[in-house]
Amino acid sequence: MAATDGLPEQNREDIYRHMWNFFHRLGSPVYFYRWAGKAIPWCWGVTALLLLSGLYLGLVVAPTDYQQGDSYRIIFIHVPSAWMSMFIYVVIAVCGFITLVWRMKMADVMARASAPIGAMFTFTALVTGSLWGKPMWGTWWIWDARLTSELVLLFLYLGYMALLSAIEDRKMAARAGAILALVGVINIPIIHYSVDWWNTLHQGSTVTKFSKPSIDISMLIPLLLMALAFQLYYFSAVMMRARSTLLIQERRAHWVRELPEVNAP
Amino acid sequence: MRAKRKRRLILSGLLLVGIGTAVTLTLLALNKNINLFYTPTQVEAGEAPVNQSIRVGGLVEKGSVSRDKKGLTVRFKVTDTARTVAIEYTGILPDLFREGQGIVAQGRLNERGVFIADTVLAKHDENYMPPEVADALQTAKAMRVTK
Repeated sequence: MAATDGLPEQNREDIYRHMWNFFHRLGSPVYFYRWAGKAIPWCWGVTALLLLSGLYLGLVVAPTDYQQGDSYRIIFIHVPSAWMSMFIYVVIAVCGFITLVWRMKMADVMARASAPIGAMFTFTALVTGSLWGKPMWGTWWIWDARLTSELVLLFLYLGYMALLSAIEDRKMAARAGAILALVGVINIPIIHYSVDWWNTLHQGSTVTKFSKPSIDISMLIPLLLMALAFQLYYFSAVMMRARSTLLIQERRAHWVRELPEVNAP
Repeated sequence: MRAKRKRRLILSGLLLVGIGTAVTLTLLALNKNINLFYTPTQVEAGEAPVNQSIRVGGLVEKGSVSRDKKGLTVRFKVTDTARTVAIEYTGILPDLFREGQGIVAQGRLNERGVFIADTVLAKHDENYMPPEVADALQTAKAMRVTK
């Protein structure tokens, strides 16, 4: 990490303080804009590597399933998408909390930039689930607790995005959005535990539970690679979106007007 | 400024706690309606309404499946390992349908306690493994039983 460069001999406490300072500085739009600009190409590179190796291991190397044959392979898209759909919502809610309490500009920018990516992952999880449900269960859709709560998550994302764009004043929009995000975050544990609390057609948890994952290691590795790839994709995409949001929002600020890419003819 | 921030922190915290409580209470109240299907034990206890469209779920009991000689009618029993319900279904079964498999059937319970299904959906569990591993597990289990 760039922040720990230059102090290799420091003790642990100093490194922690340094990392905290680094995060603190990321809270400043100028610093974030510069840092993200440098980090984005690396992030994309790692995303591509993880995606390629995950897809290769998952679609070519991994064995077929004893029950579902080759159809199970949609798991490598479906499950990481569903995980990301929940992860990104939690990010938005945490950003909302920071916006409400500490009024940090970057928290609002990050939440705003995250929403469409989260909505895309939710949509992907729903569609791939539906495509998987038809051959395995015998139906495209069923109103069980897991499917319904995930659909509610999609509506939360869409509502959040609509609310933000409906309010013209940026600060007002940030606060209203933050409250909606916080109200909606209660849905996340409901999605996760829906398969334990109620009986559903959807299967129970394979990986995210306290006992050992009930998936063969040869299938687990590509699944985790794909999950990491999606995570890195999110980081890359959200940084790009946040940077462009910053440019628009801060277009009158000195630091934006002095940027070489803004002044380019 | 400090005091203001503290007040906002408390208010946001209260918002979360309040919503959490409200939603928990609602879900507890709706608990029965959120379950997708009735279990054979619930059906036996008379909790499932007769002649109303409902769902029943469980595992297909081993040795209970009998197919009609002519036509597509299938009779089988589902079990939750404690109680069983007899199911009658005419139509094409999903690929995953087999003895020991989890299924969810939609239909009506008639007065004789037989469930007349108009849809049968297969439920698969959370286990994923290559066929060889599944075979090995089966053999190991059989060995343990014969010992």
